Amino acid sequence: MTTLMAIIVLGSMALLFGAILGFASVKFHVEGDPLAEQVDALLPQTQCGQCGYPGCKPYAEAVANGEAINKCAPGGEDTIKKIADLMGVEPPPLDENHDTDNSPTVAFIIEEDCIGCTKCIQACPVDAILGTTKQMHTIIADECTGCDLCVEPCPVDCIVMIPIAKTPQNWQWDLNNIPVVQLD
Amino acid sequence: MTDYLLLLVGTVLVNNFVLVKFLGLCPFMGVSSRTETAIGMSFATTFVMTIASLLSYIVNTYILVPLGLEYLTTMMFILVIAVVVQFTEMVVHKTSANLYRLLGIFLPLITTNCAVLGVALLNIYEQHNFLESIVYGFGAAVGFSLVLIMFSAMREKLANADIPKPFKGSAIAMITAGLMSLAFMGFTGLVKL
Amino acid sequence: MGSVIERIKRGHFWTFHGGIHPPEQKFLTTDKPIRAVSIPEQLILPLQQHIGISADLQVNVGDKVLKGQALTKSTHPMAVPIHAPTSGTITAIKNAVIAHPSGLSELCLFITPDGEDRWRERKICTDLAKLTDNDLIDKISSAGISGMGGAGFPTQVKVSTHEKIKFLIINAAECEPYITADDLLIREHSPSILDGINILDSILSPEHILIGIEDNKPEAIKVLQQTTANNEKIQVCVLPTKYPTGGEKQLIQILTGQEVPAGVLPSSLGIVMQNIATCFAIADAVINDIPLIKRVVTVSGQALQKPQNVWSLLGTPVGYLLEQCGYPNKDKKHIIMGGPMMGYSLPTDQVPVVKTTNCILAPSEIEISSPYSTGTREVECIRCGQCSDVCPAQLLPQELQWSAKAKDHQQLNKLNLFDCIECGACAYVCPSQIPLVNYYRIAKSEIRQQTQLDIKAEHAKVRFEARKERLTRDKIAREEKQRAAAAARKARMNSGTTEAKSEMSAVAQALARVKAKKAQTKVQAPINQETPTANVAQKSQVAAAIARAKAKKLAAQQNIAVEKTILVDQNTDTSKPAVDKKAKIAAAVAKAKARKFADKAHVKNVNVDDKPIDDKVEQVSNTEKTLVDKKAKIAAAVAKAKARKLAEQQAKLAATPSNEITNEKPKSEST
Repeated sequence: MTTLMAIIVLGSMALLFGAILGFASVKFHVEGDPLAEQVDALLPQTQCGQCGYPGCKPYAEAVANGEAINKCAPGGEDTIKKIADLMGVEPPPLDENHDTDNSPTVAFIIEEDCIGCTKCIQACPVDAILGTTKQMHTIIADECTGCDLCVEPCPVDCIVMIPIAKTPQNWQWDLNNIPVVQLD
Repeated sequence: MTDYLLLLVGTVLVNNFVLVKFLGLCPFMGVSSRTETAIGMSFATTFVMTIASLLSYIVNTYILVPLGLEYLTTMMFILVIAVVVQFTEMVVHKTSANLYRLLGIFLPLITTNCAVLGVALLNIYEQHNFLESIVYGFGAAVGFSLVLIMFSAMREKLANADIPKPFKGSAIAMITAGLMSLAFMGFTGLVKL
Repeated sequence: MGSVIERIKRGHFWTFHGGIHPPEQKFLTTDKPIRAVSIPEQLILPLQQHIGISADLQVNVGDKVLKGQALTKSTHPMAVPIHAPTSGTITAIKNAVIAHPSGLSELCLFITPDGEDRWRERKICTDLAKLTDNDLIDKISSAGISGMGGAGFPTQVKVSTHEKIKFLIINAAECEPYITADDLLIREHSPSILDGINILDSILSPEHILIGIEDNKPEAIKVLQQTTANNEKIQVCVLPTKYPTGGEKQLIQILTGQEVPAGVLPSSLGIVMQNIATCFAIADAVINDIPLIKRVVTVSGQALQKPQNVWSLLGTPVGYLLEQCGYPNKDKKHIIMGGPMMGYSLPTDQVPVVKTTNCILAPSEIEISSPYSTGTREVECIRCGQCSDVCPAQLLPQELQWSAKAKDHQQLNKLNLFDCIECGACAYVCPSQIPLVNYYRIAKSEIRQQTQLDIKAEHAKVRFEARKERLTRDKIAREEKQRAAAAARKARMNSGTTEAKSEMSAVAQALARVKAKKAQTKVQAPINQETPTANVAQKSQVAAAIARAKAKKLAAQQNIAVEKTILVDQNTDTSKPAVDKKAKIAAAVAKAKARKFADKAHVKNVNVDDKPIDDKVEQVSNTEKTLVDKKAKIAAAVAKAKARKLAEQQAKLAATPSNEITNEKPKSEST
């Protein structure tokens, strides 16, 4: 008898609470996911798709829904740490399927080899390639995110990724790495 | 009235849930790396703890005890706490986007905070009445918030300090927590109930 | 405002927080006149010598240039031109190490002087009153004048402000312990400086002109007071010596009691500050039509036998100046550009003097030890708080240091890191020898880069979203169009009119025509090949490019299996020339397949350079026996078979060989 009672009580309580929650979820329904937006703001926005999602926003949404946070290769350790801070979890190491080298690069088209097939233009997620059919293409370096999505589709392999050169403008005050050339 | 005040002070300082009773240690270590998040966690926990102790008192007194189902308290309380947390999350989400952004991630974490269940269960063992239960729950939450925020402030400084290598990270945090616990033991005997 | 002037006239000034009194070392150079040094064998002129952007090159390698000729030009306000410091030939335009703490290279012009020092045509202005403000600003801008105190802000930007100017402050404080360049310049050229100040006066028309000078330069003060005695507007303000009085914000605070808020230009407070050397350069540019091609440089330090101020042409290598001042030939040179407080060590003595170089310091090892020779002597912070006592910007250096080490950018911004003027006072007083300023500089550049990245990320996001929207819009539009077209066609077909019927029959006719044509082309194909049209040529060009690229790829991979297929391909190409694209595509597919298999099989790469295919073929046959991998073999065989089949087909079709492809072949091999 008591067992039955217990089951009834627990069951009815659960039902009641379930009803309340169900009602609340309808009543207090909110569009959009602020967490996904926060994650999106932390991602590097290269739109490279290396995480397996078509762009940064879809990945951010996936992360908000429990996807692993260590799949952003261009962001590297820094981004993982930031997302981990946001989500309140320990930062895992970068997914081993990805290169650990995330030094910034920019795509460059070797002009004499370009046949003007427009395949790279279709691949570029940020419209950073200029050109039209049978005309030589070129990359707007300032717009390029270095996602290297254009490298694969090129039938003549005329796109190379060039690491961004160190200049006095973006130099990081690393005094230990100055090439000291003492002449005489 | 004095009784309630003494109960409050007693729970906040003397019988501090984190440093004396050692409950709720995972959020204490987990979300104390930055003051901002610690404050968010504190608010969320305070709210949930107070409501949960209130509700669990009601459930216990008016449903479980009359039906002689005291052995179901733990199960029941977990249910209550989970619902309160979920409900709070939804309400906060709807009413204040800003607060939700601050608390959002921590709210689900509270479900697994043992201090919340601890408060509900201790209320029964100590045979608190309705008001006492609320004061006890609130006091426990304030105590939790107090040490969490203090601890996070310390950890923020520690993160940038020159700590010997073997002590970096969690190690120094543990030591700090231990020292804090020692300090809180100094309150023993402050309140006699 | 009257009270400010009254206070100044009484000799009362405000003060700034903190500051230090490093040991004076001005006596090394202060008693010797400015020496003119001879023209060095080579001048190195970086295109950018100021804050802003570099102007566009106007000369080429091999050009003969005259003294004072503009080498770069731009209409951008933040771009400042450079001029040839002497006549000579431009021998090179290439990257060279520039005067920057990083020791990185930037584009420089190399001029070999001809020794004649021949001027370009000059227009000496005799009457200043005839020139309008715009003329004056134009002259300043085309003379390439940028601030000569150290930061190098373009002067024409500063003087073309539209704000109502209350104070024009002339900075002659020169608070760095070694530098005496301004001191000497005042003593020797005060009339020119006064001309420069008058020019600035007429452009900006300020209410008052204040010359701020530290009291450790008594002779210069006397000279200034004598020269400006007749001008009521100019006040020579003798300030107590304290480092860093010469900082822009600090000097403004001392003279006017106003603090310049963070992120605000002094001109919005009605204040413009100019360095005294800039005034001299302005006078030279406007009156004598001499662009900024030389400057006074203090060459000092106890390692030198003859430390002295020199008139140095811009572009003179530092090593040349040091040689002139008696630098002992040592293996390890420690040279600092700028003063000891704010300067930086140079990685090489081939760095040229630029517009902002006011001092070259060659200290002895006891004076300042080289950062390259000794390891860091930095020890832990003992929290003494001396750094915050001396910070002229009233920051918390030790808190900043911890946050900088922990890379806590948020906290650094909260602590106002960007208000730090990098004066080095904190590092100077630090008993633990912590190079505090270095930490701040690193943190600053990190934050700047992060902000850049954030902006770029935001930009990329916007573009990505825009592209996505455009694609969906296009797709919808296309579908809409198709649907509309289909609906219209259907409606017409079903209308049952004669028109529709005729249309139907027209469709049928068209189909029949197409069929007939197909049959015809099959017959005519060989004939078409004999007479290559422009279209075919273009097609083959594309094919050639593809082949070229593929060959390149293969050369890089040196995959045996692939080579085998290429051998087959080449055979088909040479023996049975065919232009038909179809065959090529098929071959390419076969090739790709073979490659894929080969990749999987991990055949060891054979190191072969870009040798002609025939060589490779031989090598392939040599190495063929060593090829163990079955998979690759099978794949290659399949590819070969396919290619051969195609070749046979081609042979059937091609009645006579065309010249086209044989012409094309060597081209593909040569790349």
